[in-house]
Amino acid sequence: MSSSENLSPLDASGVRAAVDVALAAFAGAADLDALKEARLAHVGERSPLALANRAIGGLAPQDKAAAGKTLGAARGEVAQALAARQAELEAERDRRVLVEETVDVTLPAERTPRGARHPLEMLQERIADIFVAMGWEVGEGPEVEAEWFNFDALNFGVDHPARQMQDTFFVEGADGQGVGGPSGLVLRTHTSPVQARTLLERDLPVYVVCPGRTFRTDELDATHTPVFHQVEGLAVDKGLTMAHLKGTLDHFARAIFGPEARTRLRPSFFPFTEPSAEMDLWFPQKKGGPGWIEWGGCGMVNPNVLRACGVDPDVYSGFAFGMGIERTLMLRHGIADMHDMVEGDVRFSLQFGTEI
Amino acid sequence: MPRIPLGWLAEHVELPAGTTAETLAADLVRVGLEEEAIHPAAVSGPLVVGEVVERTEEPQKNGKTINWCRVEVGAYDEVAEDGSLRPRGIVCGAHNFEVGDRVVVALPGAVLPGPFPIASRKTYGHVSDGMICSVRELGLGEDHDGIIVLSDLGLDGAPGDDARALLGLGEEVLEINVTPDRGYCFSLRGVAREYSHATGARFTDRGAPEPHQPAAPGFAVDLADDAPIHGVAGCDRFVARIVRGVSASAPSPAWMQNRLSQAGMRPISLAVDVTNYVMLELGQPLHAYDLAQVAEPVVVRRALPGDTLTTLDGVARRLDPEDLLITDSPVGAPGSRVLGLAGVMGGADSEVTPATTDLLLEAAHFDPISVARTARRHKLGSEAARRFERGVDPRLPRVALDRVVDLLVTHGGGTVDAEITDVDRTTPPPTIALPGGLPAALIGVPYTVEQVRETLELIGCAVADGSDGGLAVTVPSWRPDLAVPVDLVEEVARLRGYDEIPSILPQAPAGRGLTRGQRVRRSVARALADAGLVETLSYPFVGPHQHDELGLSSDDDRRRALRLVNPLSEQQPEMRTTLLETLLDTARRNVARGAADVAVFEIGLVTLPGELASAAPRLPGGIRPSDEDLARLDAAVPPQPRRVAGVLSGLREPAGWWGPGRPADHTDALAAAALVARTVGAQLTSVPDADRAPWHPGRTARLETLDGVVVGHAGELHPNVVSALGLPPRASAFELDLDLLLATTADSPVQATPVSTYPVAKEDIALVVDADVPAGELLTVVRQGAASSSAGDVVEDVRLFDVYTGAQVGEGKKSLAFSVRLRAHDRTLTSQEAAAVRDATVAAAHARFGAVLRS
Repeated sequence: MSSSENLSPLDASGVRAAVDVALAAFAGAADLDALKEARLAHVGERSPLALANRAIGGLAPQDKAAAGKTLGAARGEVAQALAARQAELEAERDRRVLVEETVDVTLPAERTPRGARHPLEMLQERIADIFVAMGWEVGEGPEVEAEWFNFDALNFGVDHPARQMQDTFFVEGADGQGVGGPSGLVLRTHTSPVQARTLLERDLPVYVVCPGRTFRTDELDATHTPVFHQVEGLAVDKGLTMAHLKGTLDHFARAIFGPEARTRLRPSFFPFTEPSAEMDLWFPQKKGGPGWIEWGGCGMVNPNVLRACGVDPDVYSGFAFGMGIERTLMLRHGIADMHDMVEGDVRFSLQFGTEI
Repeated sequence: MPRIPLGWLAEHVELPAGTTAETLAADLVRVGLEEEAIHPAAVSGPLVVGEVVERTEEPQKNGKTINWCRVEVGAYDEVAEDGSLRPRGIVCGAHNFEVGDRVVVALPGAVLPGPFPIASRKTYGHVSDGMICSVRELGLGEDHDGIIVLSDLGLDGAPGDDARALLGLGEEVLEINVTPDRGYCFSLRGVAREYSHATGARFTDRGAPEPHQPAAPGFAVDLADDAPIHGVAGCDRFVARIVRGVSASAPSPAWMQNRLSQAGMRPISLAVDVTNYVMLELGQPLHAYDLAQVAEPVVVRRALPGDTLTTLDGVARRLDPEDLLITDSPVGAPGSRVLGLAGVMGGADSEVTPATTDLLLEAAHFDPISVARTARRHKLGSEAARRFERGVDPRLPRVALDRVVDLLVTHGGGTVDAEITDVDRTTPPPTIALPGGLPAALIGVPYTVEQVRETLELIGCAVADGSDGGLAVTVPSWRPDLAVPVDLVEEVARLRGYDEIPSILPQAPAGRGLTRGQRVRRSVARALADAGLVETLSYPFVGPHQHDELGLSSDDDRRRALRLVNPLSEQQPEMRTTLLETLLDTARRNVARGAADVAVFEIGLVTLPGELASAAPRLPGGIRPSDEDLARLDAAVPPQPRRVAGVLSGLREPAGWWGPGRPADHTDALAAAALVARTVGAQLTSVPDADRAPWHPGRTARLETLDGVVVGHAGELHPNVVSALGLPPRASAFELDLDLLLATTADSPVQATPVSTYPVAKEDIALVVDADVPAGELLTVVRQGAASSSAGDVVEDVRLFDVYTGAQVGEGKKSLAFSVRLRAHDRTLTSQEAAAVRDATVAAAHARFGAVLRS
């Protein structure tokens, strides 16, 4: 067969040959442009197979069916091969484009500024969550507080030595009372006044945890800060015992310091609890090796506190505990110096991100 | 806090061999006496008894004469070349000793107080192989006139014996922390008792009252308190006795001086040392007067107007009518001359002097509250006051005074008068009705009634059967802290051990979770952190210089701050009224430390003293205040709203290989404020505010809720403030009142509108208005106009996307372009409907601002 001669639709071997030529051309096409040329040559309107197909119309009626069948099959085979090769080459091209688009993904990508929460705030929230998960609620109170709530309601009498131990910031009287006049207000020295507020405001039983900011007249040094945070826990219910206090503290310690942590109680004194205890914490990550370290104070709520809040101590009993948030953070995160926690240097907060 | 020399303690309770300060501390902490410190031994290393066997005086060129001695020190003798032992060669400058005297030798390796390490050294042509010690060199006293000759101290020992043990110099001393309820532990008597409770060791009570032979009253004493505090007499026991012809100002014996030093007190003279010694031992403060300076009768009374006293510390004091005094009666009315502040400190005039031979000794019992108030008023925290204000055993005075007399007569000679004055108005200790089951019910350990009884008897209580089936517990005289049943419960739990208490997690009733305020606060903090701001905290203390730095005018409300009576710094006596004031300080510190791009925020309380009507009422503890009193308390506590503030400076978006960064400006402050509001569920409008320090007058917005409540400000900081604080130029800031934001937003669940799936229609509308029309107001009008069209409720979103000024719109004009997204919930919008929205928008803008559609 020569290109000057038209292929006869009845020339089965000619058709076969044309198909083979087309398949070879497709297979030989190295890229999509070459394939396009091959397509025009072998599938285009002027291609031998197209022309042969068109010639079927001029055949004798008895030959049309056979010729149609031959050419249909031939063109189908060619079209299929073309599509396959087209897909193959397109895939190849797409792969190449993606490779060509490669960039250096190791270039820095910090396009937005990094923020962070303050770890003391996050720790207070974490602690609140631990207690909320047990059904407790979160109580709050003012930082500038009436002396009655800070001291008297908590069984610190005016002359009690403990009232002098608290290194209290006192508040000047308001205008009109004369500068330095007795305002009856202090900066709360502990979160315990929230105990009294809670008992006065809420219905019994009460299970609350109260994180917050507290104040004492200490100069800032590695282990003291005049402005610090505590978390207070208070439960008042029928039948509560010191064993429930211990159970709560153990759970709290494990939640914050890991499953191996535990607590131990030592006799102590606080005006607002009786019996009172210092609480030591044992945890494995303690700096210098696993061991005991003082963590907070606790005890059974003194009946005088219950009475000051209108609760009958013959019916209800309760326990309370409190510890420093700064101290807890220092223990948990190996912080040696108080300064970093209070100076507001962003580099300190940034180490913690937004979860603790 | 009290220091416990082990040897002294062992005279009151059996200490097992091998007890150290550390093991003692471990035992005591179990009963609630915490270790404060362990003070190391005064002397370490070899300090031994030596016998002087040779003494050669050798005059020196410098005019001194030294002694070249051979001192026999037993097993520590020098090893000679032939292997035999021979006495050590020691150079000594003192001359108060002879051959044959036994002395104290510090050998090389010893460390004396100072610290002063001893080594062999070449001196005056000899190798001196140790040192013969004086009293001062061993820290036993001030005497440095010569070396110690043991026989002079009444001590003996064989050469080579440990002199540390002999002199009590090798002991560590435990210092303990005593809680305010345990006054009796300010004595070896009390600590020994507690040690016995902790370990079961045998305790000998050297303070137990003994039956006394009746004695005639001596020096006249009158208890005349006519103004008791709280109805409690200032003095209810006064024992006085006279010792005559005593060497009152001679030094006390070395062992006593040593124990006083170990306990942290300075030895002074026999009379003073003995009273201090007995106080440390038994807990009874005592006083010795120079009998020649005291005139009968002694009167214990409250101060009168005009009374003054120069106390032993040399301070002249004006006395308060509440001060309880010891007085005597030289002339005129009884009690005319003030001798001392009762239970706190004596006066200089009746002090024991070198001329004193006769002593009047006082052992009394004073009201803790009276002593505490006087000590506090005069800032006199004496050893006596510390004990009295915590409670001293009222049955102790006579026992203690007997001990004082014994020691004085033994070591200072003299004779004691047979007469004893003992004015005793004490009341017996109370009996508490303790339900037998209360300890078990409160502690959660099933103590039996028998265990409760045994334990209480152990601490000195007398326990009988109560009338109501419980126990009638009479507390010991040294435990005034035991007043109500729970006090006894603690004793039971404490002595039986807190370690016995099981660990049981209580089951709280179902809770309601966090409040809305608590949740929102967290969300706000998290949103700001996620937006790239760093949370910081600052102290709330401020001062006028900070208001000046912020440019607050003299009549600015924010200068009306609550003041502290005793601020840490006189420069910062106020509580902040605005969060920015302290947050800006944080920003400044970060910039000063080299942080380039500082974006910080703080959430915290400010204090607004406002119009405080009255002081908080003083109400008693132990009883519930009336509702009116509680209301008065609440009214006196100033409002302390929670605020959130932020400062943004430097680059808000960082520079990098991708290109330059974007500097923070006022829009970042506005955006952060909007973020806060959105988090709370509020929408804010910005109103230009040209008069709000510390902000830029032309770049600051007052932020209002849709109801017009002002909740804060945001914008660029005033250039003066920026430069005063050393912040990068164009630093911006915001402050919002979170409580107000919360109060002005609904706490009701969002009611959802269904999401329309019909196609969106977009209209861009550019409006030309006068250049001074606020964009925010035009935006509001555009929103209203679009919503008012005949197409109905189809406006999904309106956004201002371009601002243009220039030739195309003409002088004094600007073009603001809005993108309006329209979508109906029930149909596809037609182009006529979109056009209607457009027309209504333009018409509204035209009506309000004369706006025309930009062609």
